[in-house]
Amino acid sequence: METITTDIAIVGAGGAGLRAAIALAETNPALRIALISKVYPMRSHTCAAEGGAAGVIKPDDSFDMHFDDTVGGGDWLSDQDCVEYFIHEAPKELLQLEHWGCPWNREADGSVSVRPFGGMKKKRTWFAADKSGFHILHTLFQTSLKFPSITRYDEYYALDLLVDDGRCQGLTAMEMRSGELRQFHAKSVIIAGGGAGRMFPFSTNGAIKTGDGMAMAYRAGAPLKDMEFVQYHPTGLPNTGSLLTEACRGEGGILVNKNGRRYLQDYGMGPETPVGKPQLKTMELGPRDRVSQAYWHELQKGNTVTTQWGECVLLDMRHLGEKMINERLPLVRELAEAYLGVDIVREAVPIRPVVHYMMGGISTNTAAATPLPGLFAAGECACVSLNGANRLGSNSLVELLVFGRRAALSAIEHLQDLPPANTVALNARAGETQARIDELFSRSDGTESMSGLRKEMMDTMEKNVGIYRTEAGLKEGVDKIHELRQRYRRVILTDKSSVFNTDLFQVLELGSMLDCAEAVTVGALARKESRGAHQRLDFVERDDTNYLRHTMVYHQGMDSPRIDYLDVVITKSPPGVRDYSGDHK
Amino acid sequence: MSNSPPRSHPPLAAPPEGAAASLGRPGGSSERTVTLEVLRYDPDTDSEARFQRYEVVCQEEWVVLDALNKVKADIDPTLNYRWSCHMAVCGSCGMMINGEPKLSCHAFLRNYEGVIRIEPLANFPIERDLVVAPDDFMDKLKRVKPYLIPKQEKPISEGEYKQTPAQLMKYRQYSMCINCMLCYAACPQYGLTPSFIGPAALTLAHRYNQDSRDGGRKERQEVAATHEGVWECTFVGACSEVCPAHVDPASALQQMKITSSIDWIVEHLIPGGKP
Amino acid sequence: MSRRPLLREFPPTTWYFRQPRYLRYMSREITSILIAAYCVLLVFGLHSLAAGPAAWEAFLLTLKSPASIVFQLLVLIAAVYHAATWFNATQKAMPLQIGEYFVPGAMISGAHYVAWALLSFAILFLAGVI
Repeated sequence: METITTDIAIVGAGGAGLRAAIALAETNPALRIALISKVYPMRSHTCAAEGGAAGVIKPDDSFDMHFDDTVGGGDWLSDQDCVEYFIHEAPKELLQLEHWGCPWNREADGSVSVRPFGGMKKKRTWFAADKSGFHILHTLFQTSLKFPSITRYDEYYALDLLVDDGRCQGLTAMEMRSGELRQFHAKSVIIAGGGAGRMFPFSTNGAIKTGDGMAMAYRAGAPLKDMEFVQYHPTGLPNTGSLLTEACRGEGGILVNKNGRRYLQDYGMGPETPVGKPQLKTMELGPRDRVSQAYWHELQKGNTVTTQWGECVLLDMRHLGEKMINERLPLVRELAEAYLGVDIVREAVPIRPVVHYMMGGISTNTAAATPLPGLFAAGECACVSLNGANRLGSNSLVELLVFGRRAALSAIEHLQDLPPANTVALNARAGETQARIDELFSRSDGTESMSGLRKEMMDTMEKNVGIYRTEAGLKEGVDKIHELRQRYRRVILTDKSSVFNTDLFQVLELGSMLDCAEAVTVGALARKESRGAHQRLDFVERDDTNYLRHTMVYHQGMDSPRIDYLDVVITKSPPGVRDYSGDHK
Repeated sequence: MSNSPPRSHPPLAAPPEGAAASLGRPGGSSERTVTLEVLRYDPDTDSEARFQRYEVVCQEEWVVLDALNKVKADIDPTLNYRWSCHMAVCGSCGMMINGEPKLSCHAFLRNYEGVIRIEPLANFPIERDLVVAPDDFMDKLKRVKPYLIPKQEKPISEGEYKQTPAQLMKYRQYSMCINCMLCYAACPQYGLTPSFIGPAALTLAHRYNQDSRDGGRKERQEVAATHEGVWECTFVGACSEVCPAHVDPASALQQMKITSSIDWIVEHLIPGGKP
Repeated sequence: MSRRPLLREFPPTTWYFRQPRYLRYMSREITSILIAAYCVLLVFGLHSLAAGPAAWEAFLLTLKSPASIVFQLLVLIAAVYHAATWFNATQKAMPLQIGEYFVPGAMISGAHYVAWALLSFAILFLAGVI
């Protein structure tokens, strides 16, 4: 097996991975940087983010307000030292992107524009039409081409971390076009592998979002934190699950049920605000968890609209007018027209909540370091505890910048005074990966089909770990995922080719998703309260006495994982009431 | 799409107040059996590429990618292709569909009749099945320096570079390229002369040249204003016709030819002129 | 075995049959041959004009032969086709931004057609045809 020796290896070349790579190259041009990704950087799912990125920039805004919105939006599960660091770094990072050429929308005087977003008390979301993530990703990717010290390994599928002497010292990965394994020996490893939304059947996430980075860290002993918090985005297309950005509502779109009623006023987000005059932090600009939960209640009441794609509510943007829609929501118009045949200028579009984002992930501290020395993580795969129990829209694009850079700085600090690597031990670890792959190729007693297992996993997650959860449902979910993990050991690899074998990668991705799904289900079963995106029908109240804590899940091989808890860091905002009733008191 | 056929379902309208609404057809849209003819190539076993047929039961509203995903899940796990976002923004799933470069996530079955022939993107080497090697494109992208080379360096602490909405609009369209490479598959000049830098990469050079914050045009011209650059383009215009992001590379390249001609005139015909 | 990328040949002489748009492109390029041929004809005309009234009369007579008229018609069609493609291309090569927005492409191309028509009229008028 070929060995590639580098200083720092980054797994994942989306927003966080690219930001980390650039920070490394800028800080010390002599560093050797290996940027490893299972897709070409431009394919990373950052490109699908639409609405924008939050950072305090305008004179009427303040860091304190961004702090309060984020902590309250996260239902007080955010670590407040982390939020503090984040809000101060956010504008700097967004300005940095501007200096790298990001085409942010502008005011007439040439300054950047900001738009309103859900759960935010002020307009502070920087945006590039409704392709903000796309522009951020391409700006970062194109900027990264300036730096000769960044060596990209495009279409390398990362397999296992190499851990020796209690610290992470590299990883194994497969070159997808040749099927050959490589080991990367690195002094620090940064994981920026994205989320795991594909464990659900109905998701805004691209096919690549299978939690490989999370699972890789988890298997190597790093805990996954707060995995039970899965964000449903309230407005997905009902057939493909494609995202219609929150900016639809930020710009003034309204949600109505089959009776034409703006039902959010019935769920603590009223009273009603005038149509076309969106008011911050209330009604349609409530937080995602609340807005998605309101859909569920409407469904129970029979107030939803029946469509050929299932039960929906309607997102009405007609009153915005064609000019504004073309200027600010062109992608939304295109998506609804292409995939649903609905022109949002003339018709209301049926939507329903769709799995969008994992608040949980690899446990990191504010320095983006995991408990495993030498291993750092940033972006959706990490849980730095910025988002708590519910992420506010437009915080995540900034998160991957702020903590991508932070991970890079921490990874550089870690390089100091390291003992030399024990190459023999690392080779032995890499041999274990080789054996795992060889076993898969030579497996003769396979009985389970990959797509069959995958479907069972997705169905289980949808049925038992959805917007509202119960003890019985979660128990069933935990048991089923446990059973699927056992059966996964007998999965059949049909394709034995060495070249670009996507059957193999789908089998491996399924393994990653099952590991993540297990952490989600056990975490959800153990958390006997309702907080943010984790809503229990049997424990309807938030319980700060017992659960103002992070769930930490540790991998235990084929056995059930071990659960531990970590206290939430509270610095200045004691748990309070989340108020989305606007100014009408 | 200029030639889109009638929709497969009725348009939706917001229901009137108080009316119980029923949209589309509850219980699912109509099904249709689609025949796909897919180019297969596995270097482990094949010396040549070959076509393989699949009969797939599809929903009328699906895209070609959905049909391929069904083949992969239920019929033949050994079929290989790239895809991710399913919303025409990641640029992974470009392929030739009935001879036309398309994103398969944006190629609607309702627009096709009879056998649908699917091949890998033209003008690129095939790694396997529908997976091509984009190395040449990636190299060329890097050569045009597609990043901001500021006119004036300015520290972050001094805030943003001012840019008016008009200045933004000047280049915005050219910043929309998703790097899907459909334009390279459509361009006969790239097929005939592989050293051609090509539509997408040159368009990105133009995007930065047009940016009010940028001062790097001269550096980029070293690659862009050459015979491998814009002067290889003969304005077939196919790039713009197939572009799924409405970037219009042909437009960018013709504009670059004009500015590069002006450079030449200034340099050679005006005494003391410097482009 | 490992990777062995398959290269497909791009047919150097027959590629334009692959796509209607390639054929359209080739037909546009071929018009230039006819236009070049007409330029040669004009050079002959100038030559016969210089050679004296008899040669000029003979040249004019040749122009009126049926074969020559067919040729000139073909050239006219080619020239009109080429001009149209050229005018249609102007909106791509010379976009015009006024304030934030771009002038619709049809207006830029349309302006060229209008200028063409006016110039044609002026020439026909000066030539005494109308």
